[in-house]
Amino acid sequence: MNLAVFKLLLDGTVITLRMFALTIIFSIPLGLLVSVLRMSRLWIFNLPARLYILVLRGTPLMLQIMFIFYAPGLIQGFPFSWQGDRMMAANVALILNYAAYLAEIFRGGIQAIPQGQREAGKVLGLSGTETFFIVVMPQVVKHVIPPMGNEIINLVKDTSLVQVIGIAELMNTAKVQASGNVSIMPYLVAGGIYLGITVILSAVLSFTEKKLDYYR
Amino acid sequence: METILSVKNLKKSFGSLEVLKDISFDLARGEIISVLGPSGGGKSTLLRCLTQLETIDDGLVAVDGDVLFGDGKYADKANLSRITLKIGLVFQNFNLFPHLSVMENITVAPIRVKKMPKVQAQELARNLLERVGLSEKADYYPCQLSGGQQQRVAIARALALDPEVLFFDEPTSALDPELTGEVLKVIRGLADRRMTMIIVTHEMGFARGVSDRIIFMENGVIVEEGPPEQLFTAPKNPRTRDFLSRVD
Ligand SMILES: Nc1ncnc2c1ncn2[C@@H]1O[C@H](COP(=O)(O)OP(=O)(O)O)[C@@H](O)[C@H]1O
Ligand SMILES: [Mg+2]
Repeated sequence: MNLAVFKLLLDGTVITLRMFALTIIFSIPLGLLVSVLRMSRLWIFNLPARLYILVLRGTPLMLQIMFIFYAPGLIQGFPFSWQGDRMMAANVALILNYAAYLAEIFRGGIQAIPQGQREAGKVLGLSGTETFFIVVMPQVVKHVIPPMGNEIINLVKDTSLVQVIGIAELMNTAKVQASGNVSIMPYLVAGGIYLGITVILSAVLSFTEKKLDYYR
Repeated sequence: METILSVKNLKKSFGSLEVLKDISFDLARGEIISVLGPSGGGKSTLLRCLTQLETIDDGLVAVDGDVLFGDGKYADKANLSRITLKIGLVFQNFNLFPHLSVMENITVAPIRVKKMPKVQAQELARNLLERVGLSEKADYYPCQLSGGQQQRVAIARALALDPEVLFFDEPTSALDPELTGEVLKVIRGLADRRMTMIIVTHEMGFARGVSDRIIFMENGVIVEEGPPEQLFTAPKNPRTRDFLSRVD
């Protein structure tokens, strides 16, 4: 495998990592919003949130990516178009999908905090907001780090699905180079890069978990 | 004697279940009342209504001259906040914040709510920890303490807001028997300083020794109340008699 191919694979890696980062940055707040709506007692809030979670967890991510990119062009008179911006469509699809999974993780984390914690905050005169940020949130973080870690590591590999709309991320680049050069090397190098990213993330995650180990 | 807490015809239902039927009593400054009675009688609900953890349905509640609830409605927000700080509550299962150190558990409310400078709050916390016999534990986390120690920290946390009245909801019920003594000793210490308290407890001997007055509650009503000697040696109501004979 020559240097030019390696360079292309690195370009693909950059695209993969950028998608990965954008998805994490935007799916966390969106997931938090969906989980809060999902926990509302009012059906006008919780019903759309339930539906959202059901549909996005109940259909293949690959289908969602294709749907989000192609649907505006295929629906007559649809008021929005990606203007060929595949990257944007791919990011939106990943963010929407991961927000659904994160929403359920956040809901589990928030509901795992005993009611007595909020009551103690209230009796001590803390406001609802203070109780949420000082008492509840830090404990939720500890609860959600392990399941979030799983999703984050899945995401590294799920970014490869965006090749279905022709984005030259790492997996797609490896595929093109492997068949173009009739070589297995691009696949091996791509696999090594995915593995490397995952190993680094795992280390960061277990470090974070250890950091939060100071209380039960 | 000055009345610090006044409760008149307090009513509370959960759905169709009437939990507090018509509760009236006054608590004087410096007075210590123990509330006894079988479980499910509404003792916790009473304390929770008075600490705004449950909503009151009807009646009149006044704390230190301020009406908390009356004429079917609550006081405005500013008054409610003020009243909150006048009543402390110690929970059966402590409810310490597990992610905060003992020091932080005690100082968080004085700093946030009373806007006390951090250094001053920590000084206060150290004094309170000394009072509950845990000077050494300021930097520990709740999970590193025994149940008895956790409850003593919870008492210190409640005292840090300098409440007018302190409520205890079965403070030793979640503890192993050998750990109840250290908590009761701390409460007795507060009694010696004439802290105004309402103590819900199943510790009969303790209630008898520490209280000025005993309230016996069952099925959402105050069945009988009186000085401990009278209530324990010559209960008037047959239900009280029955309850006391069953627990001893
Ligand atoms: N949040 C609630 N919702 C419904 N019922 C409740 C609730 N809290 C308490 N109860 C009921 O109210 C009654 C009194 O409970 P409680 O005040 O805890 O009694 P005690 O503290 O004397 O044991 C019980 O029958 C209990 O099941
Ligand atoms: Mg109770």
